[in-house]
Amino acid sequence: MTSLPISVIVLCSGLGLILIGLWGMLTQRNLIRMIIGFSLLDTGIHMTMVSIGYVTGGTAPIIDAAVPAAEAASRVVDPLPSALVLTAIVIGLGVTAVMLAFAVRIHQEKKTLNIDECTESKW
Amino acid sequence: MIKRIFIALVLVMIAVMFLELATSYRENTSLSPLGRYYADTGPAELGAANLVTSVVVTYRGLDTLGEVTVLFISAAGVGLMLRRERKKGSGNGENGDARMRVHKPASEIVETATELLLPMVILFGIYVFLNGHLSPGGGFQGGAIIASGTMFLLLALPESHISRLLISIMESLSGFSYVVVGVLGVILAGGFLDNRIMGLGTFGSLFSAGAIPIIYVFVGIKVGFELSAVLDRFREDTDLK
Repeated sequence: MTSLPISVIVLCSGLGLILIGLWGMLTQRNLIRMIIGFSLLDTGIHMTMVSIGYVTGGTAPIIDAAVPAAEAASRVVDPLPSALVLTAIVIGLGVTAVMLAFAVRIHQEKKTLNIDECTESKW
Repeated sequence: MIKRIFIALVLVMIAVMFLELATSYRENTSLSPLGRYYADTGPAELGAANLVTSVVVTYRGLDTLGEVTVLFISAAGVGLMLRRERKKGSGNGENGDARMRVHKPASEIVETATELLLPMVILFGIYVFLNGHLSPGGGFQGGAIIASGTMFLLLALPESHISRLLISIMESLSGFSYVVVGVLGVILAGGFLDNRIMGLGTFGSLFSAGAIPIIYVFVGIKVGFELSAVLDRFREDTDLK
């Protein structure tokens, strides 16, 4: 049996994390747990994106003694998904910080983190 | 109950979709045309050894400017939401005493280790963003490392004060300089955020890749101060209780 390629492992873990994150966001009633669910979803998306950019046998897209510029195109992984994931990680961090700040405010106002207590915008 | 079934149904459908994606996935054996272009022409055109950096800072520099803006807005949002409502007599009297009691002092080991390690953590952060065009790393990673140093400081010395004024001055100054470098690209080189406003230097050395290290220094300073400000906001909020 041939061993599983590394990108397939990363892809499947990423998709699995997306599902776990969605499940957490939809079923948990505690705000902090929902935010953790979002973080898992975010990480899963990053892993999926990175795995899509993988090229068989490719190495990190950095030109040095090991990867001369002339061979770069045939030996490196796609730099574009990596760059996009770099952006996505930072955006995810910003969104998570804002969500945590909301959670802190809700806890200050209502002394609870249970989403069922927040009925103002419920219909 | 019906909600639970509905959620399970939705998740199962998404899982089926993902299964389809995963089973039909074939590893790439060659780069996409765009990736090939970046790998072929990037090193000679921009002089950055790290191709991801050349994509992030120059080819997609506008995205990165937007990213920095999003981070700034989220830091401002956190600051707005966790603004400390100053009550009369806060800082002394009963309120002040209560705040003193909240902070259980960290153990001597933690304090000493922080004093020893903090300069190294910050130095490492600076190293990471200065070498962003040569090695894995860059402005955002370096800034995050510097912010982790701030976290360290807040854990070990909870009473330590971080100057709000210094943070806002450094943040605005670095953000402004970033845009100025971008505009210089329009005047001196091919377009907004073009890094070829100065010589590309020797490929692979610290002073190379034109304006990329300069931009990453500004991004690193900005992100470091911004994340420190966010951490500080969350710390101050716990003071209230």
